[in-house]
Amino acid sequence: MEFPSQLVERAVEEISRLPGIGKKTALRLALHLLKQPEDATFELSSALKELRENIKYCKTCHIIADTEECTCQNAYRDTSVICVVEDTPDVLAIRNTGQYNGLFHVLGGRISPMDGIGPENVKIDSLISRIKSDDQVKEVILALSATMEGDTTSFYITKLLKESGIKVTTIARGIPVGSELEFADEVTLGRSITTRTLFSQD
Amino acid sequence: MILKGLKLTSFKNHPESSFEFGERINCVLGKNGVGKTNLLDAIYYLSFTKSAVGSQDRLAITHDERAFTLFGTYEELTIAIQFEKGKVKTLKIDGQEPERLSDVIGKVPLVIVLPDDTSMIKEGSEERRKFFDGALSQFDGEYLKSLLKYNKVLKQRNSLLKIEDGRSLNKKLLETYDDQLIPLAVDISNKRQEMKEVFLPFLQKNYADLHEGGEVPGLNFKTHVTEGFEGRFKANAQKDQIMQRTLMGSHKDDFEFLLDGELIKKFGSQGQQKTFIIALKLALYDFLKEKTGKKPLLLLDDIFDKLDDSRIELLVSLLLDHDRFQQIFITDARKDRSKVLFKKEKEVNFIEL
Repeated sequence: MEFPSQLVERAVEEISRLPGIGKKTALRLALHLLKQPEDATFELSSALKELRENIKYCKTCHIIADTEECTCQNAYRDTSVICVVEDTPDVLAIRNTGQYNGLFHVLGGRISPMDGIGPENVKIDSLISRIKSDDQVKEVILALSATMEGDTTSFYITKLLKESGIKVTTIARGIPVGSELEFADEVTLGRSITTRTLFSQD
Repeated sequence: MILKGLKLTSFKNHPESSFEFGERINCVLGKNGVGKTNLLDAIYYLSFTKSAVGSQDRLAITHDERAFTLFGTYEELTIAIQFEKGKVKTLKIDGQEPERLSDVIGKVPLVIVLPDDTSMIKEGSEERRKFFDGALSQFDGEYLKSLLKYNKVLKQRNSLLKIEDGRSLNKKLLETYDDQLIPLAVDISNKRQEMKEVFLPFLQKNYADLHEGGEVPGLNFKTHVTEGFEGRFKANAQKDQIMQRTLMGSHKDDFEFLLDGELIKKFGSQGQQKTFIIALKLALYDFLKEKTGKKPLLLLDDIFDKLDDSRIELLVSLLLDHDRFQQIFITDARKDRSKVLFKKEKEVNFIEL
């Protein structure tokens, strides 16, 4: 793509680095900003700059936050259970269900030596020491992706926690609510049959 | 299965071609380099989403084009494949995109015979494993899933063994991979063992049909995955660590090809090797027909080459068996030969490229 201005070209170059954005969309966004009042652009750039400079990760649970002491220590929370997830969006998704009021632990990725990610590159050590130093914790829920890498990470954490005697659970895998049984893939269906639950009316 | 029509766009040396096929024997004629094998490869692509000759997707695109498209109309379904440079391959079965590309495997069972198939005899164990894996995958979707997962776990385990930065190997993580790998290996190698048992009679019958010399073909399945595999596999961890890869497992299985109990690789003549391969492929045909209840497509590329006249006649008379075979695709660079061989047969459809 050829640009009439080097300034535009540079902006397009930077914007198109973002995931899901190609050159054309980047150009549209850049030109849109130029049509808006100057302030709109400055607000955006300062918001991004501040985000980058001031963002913190909670020391305990590694959730993205404004301070290193995030709301995870909030008195309303159930501090006896920790839910282990891969990334921040997973925390939000689980919170939005309204079904969970416990603590979180964000690993920041999953084990995959192929991609150069070993256990030391995700927050597993910190999870173990957190559990060992806090005797209030009675249960760890593993809520990781149902992929081979997610499973490996779950198995590994379970192995490390074996001696501690703490209860380790994993989220159920099965048929999505509102979907037809005949369209479910065999692995999921098979798993939901073997891990079936008691039917209750409530 | 019957492939009624095929459209190729920018696929290898077919910029824009469209074919209609007969229900029985389709004889593709033309000089070297006009795209006979590529036509067969396109049919193979629709069954397996990849090339039969092992070329990469981007090399299948016509020079100077951006994408290729294949559209096959079968009696019961349609399959379309599109690949654009720098994008992921898309597949549609009856216009719907399945969850995984591998979902198409087995929809249209297919057996292909290529001129360089004798490399299966000469080369290492990988080619032979591929043959039997392909056979199993076409009727056992669970096998294919186990195999794909096995390969993924193996790749991760090998990457872990390769990490060299002074730190000692993470034993617990290695165990995590072992615990996933071992049951998969047991599953895969057991199924291969069963496959060998079931397949052997098919091979022996077909070899006898093609050759009256009285030699008996055999298969010998070699694997690490037998009684006590788990213990031996775990005991081997240190060697794995030194070699930085996994030395034991299903990925080392081998199917040895034998003739009268001897390795055909070492003792078989060229003719015996070629006969063995054709018998192997026809056995696969019979095997898949029995297992899937469908008549697979049979693709024969340049099969008459290197065979003497009596063998060719024998082979042609086998192929004319209506009850056994349905749709067949044959390529031949020598037009006159094929026209003579099939001159009596009404159901032969000649396609001249």
